[in-house]
Amino acid sequence: MLTKLTGGIVYDPANGVNGKQKDIFIKDGRIIKKPGKDARIDKEYNIKGKVVMAGAIDLHTHIGGGKGNIARMLMPENHRIDPVAHTDLTRAGCGHAMPSTFLTGYRYAEMGYTAAFEPAVLPINARQAHMEMGDVPILDKGGYVLMGSDDYLLRMMTANKDQQAINDYVAWTIRAAQGVGIKVVNAGGINAFKFNQRKLDLDEKNSYYNVTPRDILKTLATAVKELGIKHPLHVHGSNLGVPGNIETTLNSIEGVEGLPMHLTHVQFHSYGTEGDFKFSSGAAQIAEAVNKNNNISLDVGQIMFGQTVTASGDNMRQYANHGFASPNKWVCMDIECDAGCGLVPFKYRDQNFVNALQWAIGLEIFLLVDDPWRIFLTTDHPNGAPFTSYPHLIRLLMDKSFRNDMLATLHPEAQKMTTLASIDREYSLEEIAILTRAGAAKITGLVGRGGLADGDFADITVYTENKDREKMFAKPVYVFKDGEMVAKHGKIVKVTWGTTHVVRPEYDKSVEKDLEKYFNRYMTMKVGNFTISDDELTEDGRGSITVHPTVGGKV
Amino acid sequence: MTEITDVPSPFCGIGTDDLAIQVDGNSLKVTQNGCSVNTPAFEQPLAETRPKINGKEVSLDDAISKAADLLRDANQPVFGGCATDVNGMRSLMALADRNGAVVDNIGFNAAKRNFLAMQDSGWMNTTLAEIKNRCDVLVVIGVDLEAFAPRFFERYIWNEDAMFLDDTSSRSIIYLGKAPSGKASTSPKRKKAKVYECADQDLPEVMSVLRALVKGKPVAAEQVGGVAVKDLQKITEQLTKAKYGVVVWGAGALDFAHAELTVQALCEIVKDVNELGTRCSGFPLGGKEGDQTANQVCGWQTGYPARMRFSSGFPEYDPFLYDSQRILGNGEADVLLWVHAFNSDSHPPKTDIPVIVLGRSGMKLDNEPDVFIPVGTPGIDHAGHAYRLDNVVAIRLKKLRDSGLPSTFEVLAAIEQALQEK
Repeated sequence: MLTKLTGGIVYDPANGVNGKQKDIFIKDGRIIKKPGKDARIDKEYNIKGKVVMAGAIDLHTHIGGGKGNIARMLMPENHRIDPVAHTDLTRAGCGHAMPSTFLTGYRYAEMGYTAAFEPAVLPINARQAHMEMGDVPILDKGGYVLMGSDDYLLRMMTANKDQQAINDYVAWTIRAAQGVGIKVVNAGGINAFKFNQRKLDLDEKNSYYNVTPRDILKTLATAVKELGIKHPLHVHGSNLGVPGNIETTLNSIEGVEGLPMHLTHVQFHSYGTEGDFKFSSGAAQIAEAVNKNNNISLDVGQIMFGQTVTASGDNMRQYANHGFASPNKWVCMDIECDAGCGLVPFKYRDQNFVNALQWAIGLEIFLLVDDPWRIFLTTDHPNGAPFTSYPHLIRLLMDKSFRNDMLATLHPEAQKMTTLASIDREYSLEEIAILTRAGAAKITGLVGRGGLADGDFADITVYTENKDREKMFAKPVYVFKDGEMVAKHGKIVKVTWGTTHVVRPEYDKSVEKDLEKYFNRYMTMKVGNFTISDDELTEDGRGSITVHPTVGGKV
Repeated sequence: MTEITDVPSPFCGIGTDDLAIQVDGNSLKVTQNGCSVNTPAFEQPLAETRPKINGKEVSLDDAISKAADLLRDANQPVFGGCATDVNGMRSLMALADRNGAVVDNIGFNAAKRNFLAMQDSGWMNTTLAEIKNRCDVLVVIGVDLEAFAPRFFERYIWNEDAMFLDDTSSRSIIYLGKAPSGKASTSPKRKKAKVYECADQDLPEVMSVLRALVKGKPVAAEQVGGVAVKDLQKITEQLTKAKYGVVVWGAGALDFAHAELTVQALCEIVKDVNELGTRCSGFPLGGKEGDQTANQVCGWQTGYPARMRFSSGFPEYDPFLYDSQRILGNGEADVLLWVHAFNSDSHPPKTDIPVIVLGRSGMKLDNEPDVFIPVGTPGIDHAGHAYRLDNVVAIRLKKLRDSGLPSTFEVLAAIEQALQEK
């Protein structure tokens, strides 16, 4: 089957194409070169004047794993406002803050997304993360494996095990949990909370292990680099949400000493203590540090006003913030000498000074970071807002007058504390394509995704040009996943199943001996039963695994 | 004859995965690390393997086709039992969605007590490995823990080594409510558990007073439900002085009206202790025979735990209204699909409406159902996944023998297919 998309205006920054009219040919799920004159076109779509991009990729969204499912169960009242009936094609489900897995896939695809990455896969809960993502239709997916509060690593660090031994353990873990990256959440803090430490600064020691978050960040960032894992260490910093945490974030950047590091939901880590309310924007300082340090990338974690539920591995900070729970109910868990989680429902209010300023801080970060290849569009779904708010966020970035109109409606004191109104920058379509496609594919190490070159997988989104960018990005006219049309005018027309992206760095198998001993002595399962086999992801007949190369490694 | 080691169990809820099982054709023998729950569940002999329609043996295809016919004509089908593995539950949900069915897990009357509390105010809980390595004070409320899980103490309390305890036998074990039925809670150094007995129906009052004491409120009474208030004060002190206290309860054991309020009081006590500056966690028992599995899969596919319905085309949740017993008793359903792949004693309730059963081979049935399809038991006849009681850990179940029994997943997927074809 040969498909032709005729006359679209192509934005493909992965290949240096910026708004050029170009035909695209699709065969067997891939984009191919223009075929010879006598090739028979089976299906042609006239998309003259429409905007064409690769399928969008969300590199940080909580779509699969235990904490998300607790968040779902915690909020029946939130599902009741958004029930969705089944059709002949699609399954029923419930949406809003933490949608059911099926709706997650459909709604992402309807917005032109074709891949999404779960950023907090606890190794012990990885099975669940993959099973949930296995029930997310259409999208490709993958997970970052959470480390840094696991007792095994902290024991190694306390025992001064060398970096090579730690690399082996990290590689073993990412393979056992079938991950594509490594994440650290409040480095060592989740562990410290179990020892009743209620806060942990970057240079504060874990009371039992004598290890600091700075040590952990550096150790794991080194492991990721040395193992050749393409996605930099994905860091949820210390002191999330604490006024003044801008210092922690800047020190973390300095602390990794030039190693690649991705700072996630930076908006929650960019707070100063100035002003009458002792809460101020650190966006300019963060942006300056990111602009200066090429090893740093970030996603924003923009907040939007309304009801959501925050779901995080950071139970230390979630516990500290439980007083803000709205409605007033919350869950915290310590998990298996591995990590933890915390769920706190949250209602961001535009007439609340702090929330209004959080909104402005997120946008300031977007607009002040220069390099679009190192910043990514996220709401840290569902923590800042559900992912369904992305089209609105894109409009805020692309439309200055719309942005300023919104700003003018917020808490007046917050308006005084932000420079947002004075920032003229408007994102271009090319930049949006970098943030949500080319850059995201590059930084997660995906081969053949995020671009529209010959040979790339045919994940393609076609938009009708509209000055109202929210409308434009909410309902693309066509979405193709692996060459098949899955959505049309914002409605699912075919349900397919994406692949799971993983990396498999090499390691010294002798690490397994000590792990076996450790599991037998201290854990609650046999090490052989901990490791997730490939057939667990594929035996349902829908799933598949795509192994991406490590730097300098073989697949 | 072969021996399979490191076998995980879906029966005991606590995720024991160190069983050794000898396989001789279709017969299984637990040779290592069995217990009174797991051993009989694994060793139960294989009985019938042929499906039946109205008591007569038929082919699997005929049974599937008949089941599809019954469901196709139903106005309000009810799917009860819902006790299977993750893939089985996935296909059950797909069929229920298409068929407009009520989905109600057999354990939900117990689980409801937890969900009502959790959905109203939340909780702070922990998991088995944290208990094994950290817990220095264990308070067991209203449940005979060793009867629930015979190996709980051996595996998670009296373990030889713990990362953060010098001597596991120095842990304090306290029972409030039911007394333990055996000696599993006595430490290897023969230190006995402290037992403060009271009747189940007095637990709500006892927990309220305990909470008042934790919060430092004055209590005038000297005794509550037969328990001395000064003993409750001792429990309070132990919890607030612990390094890592854990409060265990079993929703199934709290079998009295509005036990959710007792669960809530207990969860709030845990939060209060944390608020006072000491770490403390709750630990709900469960996880047997697919109950957590049903809630997890139903949760990620619909947003709701496993007492919900698709009757309006979309998911709706109500822990009272969609009780299958109530619906059947009220004559609101016209077909019952009963799924229990783990336990042949867990048969469907008596009803006059047509009944389709997917059951463990050997299921004892009061009445011959319209359709009976013996299905494989996950973790014996086929591989699969089951959730442990602590809700975080899914265990990978192994296939131990080649009985030829189809899985729940295969049968329900085939019924869904057949439903679509006509």
